[in-house]
This record gives sequence, C-alpha cells and structure tokens, in this order.
Amino acid sequence: MTQISTTSLTPQLYLQRQTRWRPIEIVFWAATLLPFWLFPTYLSLASQIAITGLFALSLDLILGYAGIVSLGHAAFFGIGAYTAGLFSKFVWGEPFSGLVAAAAVAGIVGYASSFIISRFRHLTLIMITLGLGLLLKEAANSAHWLTGGSDGLQGVSIDPVLGLFKFDLYGRTAYGYSLAVLFVVFLCARRIINSPFGLALRGIRENVVRMPAIGADSRAHIRKVYTIAAIIAGIAGGLLTQTTQTVALEVLSFERSADVVVMLVLGGAGRLYGGLIGATVYMIARDQFSGIAPQYWYFWIGALLVIVVTLLPNGILGGLSRLIRRWRRS
Amino acid sequence: MLPPVFGVLFDGIAYGMLLFVLSVGMSVTLGLMNFVNLAHCAFAMLGAYVTVVLMKDFHWNFFVTLPMAFAVSALVSVAVERVLYRRLYRASDLDQVLLTIGLAFMSVAIAAWFFGTTQQPISVPSYLRGSISLLGLDLGVYRMFLIAVGIAVTVLLVLTLEHTRFGAQVRAAVDNQRMARGLGIDVDRTFAVTFALGSGLAGLGGALAIEIVGLDPQFALIYLVYVLIIVSVGGLGSIAGSFAAACLIGVSDIAGKYYVPQLGSFLIYLVMVAVLMWRPAGLFGRR
Repeated sequence: MTQISTTSLTPQLYLQRQTRWRPIEIVFWAATLLPFWLFPTYLSLASQIAITGLFALSLDLILGYAGIVSLGHAAFFGIGAYTAGLFSKFVWGEPFSGLVAAAAVAGIVGYASSFIISRFRHLTLIMITLGLGLLLKEAANSAHWLTGGSDGLQGVSIDPVLGLFKFDLYGRTAYGYSLAVLFVVFLCARRIINSPFGLALRGIRENVVRMPAIGADSRAHIRKVYTIAAIIAGIAGGLLTQTTQTVALEVLSFERSADVVVMLVLGGAGRLYGGLIGATVYMIARDQFSGIAPQYWYFWIGALLVIVVTLLPNGILGGLSRLIRRWRRS
Repeated sequence: MLPPVFGVLFDGIAYGMLLFVLSVGMSVTLGLMNFVNLAHCAFAMLGAYVTVVLMKDFHWNFFVTLPMAFAVSALVSVAVERVLYRRLYRASDLDQVLLTIGLAFMSVAIAAWFFGTTQQPISVPSYLRGSISLLGLDLGVYRMFLIAVGIAVTVLLVLTLEHTRFGAQVRAAVDNQRMARGLGIDVDRTFAVTFALGSGLAGLGGALAIEIVGLDPQFALIYLVYVLIIVSVGGLGSIAGSFAAACLIGVSDIAGKYYVPQLGSFLIYLVMVAVLMWRPAGLFGRR
C-alpha cells in the first residue's frame, strides 16, 4: 500500500529505503514507555494492549500482507497460551523458555495446518480457518484433564523475569516484559516485511495467479508466512498466560479471532503499525465503553466497522496518510 | 417397531429443514453477486421478533404472523441493500465481511436494547404441539410441520427458478454475470429482488425457529455459523446443495448431541472441514 515511485529505483534501493527508521517510528516506540510515568494505574491494561498488538501484528502478516483472511487465528494464540501454562506447571516457571515452548508448539501446529490453508482461497478459506478454530476450541473444552475445560487451567506460576522482576499486581513487570517481547518480535516482522520474501507476499495479495507465472511458488510462500504468523500468535498467547498467570478457554474463542480482525482493519491492514494502533484504540475504547454499558459494547464495534469500511477504506493509518499526502500537496 | 435411530434421523431432518429455510437466501445471493452477507441472520432475527411482537402484544395467530415476518424482513433488507450494500459489490471479500458483521453486531445490541437479553417464548397453537406415535416412534407435530414447510419452500423455489422468466434470469446471472448483462438482463434489479426474497425466507426461518431453539439477541451470531457452514458445504448458488447440506448438518448435529453429547458441536465442524477438504467448492458447487 506504499506508493512506489518508478524513477530509477532498483529493488535493492527500494527495500533499503523502506528499512530506514523514520523519526515518527522512534517517537512511537518512545511513547510506549510513557504509561510507566503517566498512567501507572493502567499498566495492566497497557500490557494487555501490548499482547493484543502483538497478536494483531501476527495476523497482519497473513491478512494484511499475504491476503489470507483467517477467522480462526485465535487457535494459535490459544495453543501458545495453553503451552506456556502447561510448561510452567509441569516443567519450570522460567518465563523466556516458556515463551520459546509456546512459539515452538504453535509453529509446529501452524506448519502442519499451513498445508491445508495454502490449498484454498476466498470463502472456503474463511470457513476452513473458522472450522479448524472451532474444532480446536471444542477439543480443548472436552480435554478437561489437560486444560481444565471451561474452568480454566489452574496452577500456573511464573518465576520472576531474569530472576529479578517479580510479576506484581500493578502490572509493572507485565507491561515491561510484554513491551520488550513485542519490540523484539516487531523488529523481526519489520525485517521480514522489508525483504524480497515480504515483497513476494504482497505480490500474492495482489494477484495470486500471476505469482507462479513469474517464478514465485505462492503456496510455499503462504506456508512459510502462515507458520511465522502462528509462531508470533503463539508468543502473544504465551505472554497473556505469563502476565495473567491463568488460562481461560476464552483464548481459543471465535470472538477473539473476530476481534483481532476488527482491530487490524481498524488500524489499517497491510501496514506494520496498523495492528498496534488498532489494538490500542480498540482496547482503550472497550475499556471506556464497557464501563458505561457493557451489553451495548457490540453496537459501537459494529458502528465502528460500518464507518471504517464505508469511509476509511484503509483504516486509521490509511486515513492519516491520505490526509498527510493531501496536506503536503497543497 | 423402528429403532431410535429413525427418531434421530427425523429430528435431524426437521432441524435441517429449518436451517435450509434460514440459509438458502444467503446461498443464492452469494452465488449471484459474490456478496458475503454476514448480516443474513440478523434479518432472520428480525422476522422472529416480528412474530413475537405480533403474537404477544397484538395476539395474532401464529400462522398469520409468518407472512408478516417474511414481508418485514424482505422490506428492511431492501432498504439496507439500497443504502449500504450497493456500494460494496465490487469491494474485496474482507470489506464485505467487515461491513456485514458490523451490521450483525449492531443488530444484536439493538435487539438487546428493545427486548432485553432474555429468551422470548411464544406459544404455538395447541394442534402444533405434542407428538404422534407412529411405528413406535414419537414424532413431534411441530417438526412434521417444519418438514412440510421446508419441502414446500424447496418446491416453490425450484419451480420459480426452473420455470419462470425471473428464474431464468437468476440462473443466467449466477452462471455468468457479464454475459447476462450483455444479453440485457438487469442483473442489479434481479439481485435486489433475489436478495429481498432470500432475506424474507430468513425472516420466515427465524420465526419458525423460535419454537425449536428459542430466541434471544445472540441468535444473529449463533445461527450465522450454521448458515455459513451450510452455504459453504452446499456450494454457492445451489438450492439442491443447500438442501443436501442442511439435511447433512441437521442430522449430524442432532446425532452428535444425542449419541456423544460430551463433544458438543464437534461433529458438525468436523463434517464441514472434511467436506471442504474433499470438495473445496462444496457438494454442489462449480467454482
């Protein structure tokens, strides 16, 4: 969705130009540190936002860049969450190794299901992802001995991060830890997107039939990016378990899959910061609105969706960049 | 004396007929315009609430409320189509999904605002209640009525599609929209009429569903999953496909809940994923 000027720009130069850090990005990441001083009572919410932002980032890789619409992405989030919980229960409580385990299991399941995903497009694809997600949720619900079913997984206990920072009630450690993980994963995602592989993904989004014709096997690319997205979603799920010290069946729910699509589209799909901005706006809005009238929260979400689709086709970030372009021209 | 498996089959097919009436409109509109309308069940819910209000507040007869449920849903759907959907026919799948799921969310909240989040019971006429004993099976009268309605709707739809001028236009537009336009068929008008009919049928389905599954504001979302499953399993734009898929899913769901209740809805999701893996375009789909 970035405008490419065609004047004497080699692919290498184009990618290099994309990789350069812009001042606004540095400002954004510096601003993520502000909650520590400005809103010390809202740090738990801030850590939820960081986790959800990471989850939205993982969906952005497949939906925003490769054009794969998934309504079952919570499956990988949930797998990561349960893996991290079970890991702390049965192995040890060190958080980083727990995250690695969550990422590994989610990645393996993601790789296995990517063979199914890469065969389908359009409505069939949406229904397959939805069906697999619902199947997994039903399976987790009936595997009561392992997951605790609808009662949630009990007995999760996480050691202090690096042996120094205990997870406290105010969410200081939770936010710092989630933010650090989010930043590291974001750097990886940024690197992936600004690589020839990232360009190939955008090619698949724009025209899936033409890609094989120019020598890029779109199925192999889809398998790869789907696995990567599953790994990131697994990390996000693991983070949620570790910062809240519990796992509810809700991590696998259809609502979570749908919410993350909404967030991403709200922020702007196909932009690295789209998921992060969308998650921030969505989570803060939900926090405020559901305080007023929880049962009508969905009305506002619905209205927001209708407005975004009819008036802001590329989300908040798309609308902003259009404004900026218009302002520069005049 | 028949074994209980026939009772399960009977209940499953009755349930399938209900799902068929709910979903056939969506299948045809999807096949016709490639328009993914996730607010379809919101129209079904609207029909259901029309029946509830007319029966409770105005003491109408159940049978008289059914055409009203059909008409109100059809009229409202035309208004929504004119104002919102029309702009999105050429948009991407994702935009259509988002706009229509947004409408579905809003409908849930609006229904909760007007009617509260509790179940809305109705009392159908006494001659539709109870059951008839036949060869050792207890067959519910209301379920027989559902099967009759389902078959009647199917016959009417097939006759309309196969033997009228309008049906021929719809079939032409489903097969090849560009060519149909080239032949001078007003595809947009055909679509608007089909859309109204489909939403009206959904409204009728919603009204019929109250007695079987109850009615609360979550109806628009819960049955959306069923409708989507049937549409994708049956294949887009195919009435026969929707019919077969609705029976398959209805029987699987009832059988699953009867024989392995601890698995919940596992079975229908499994059936859907299996069918789609085997035939990505659905049982009767061509694309």
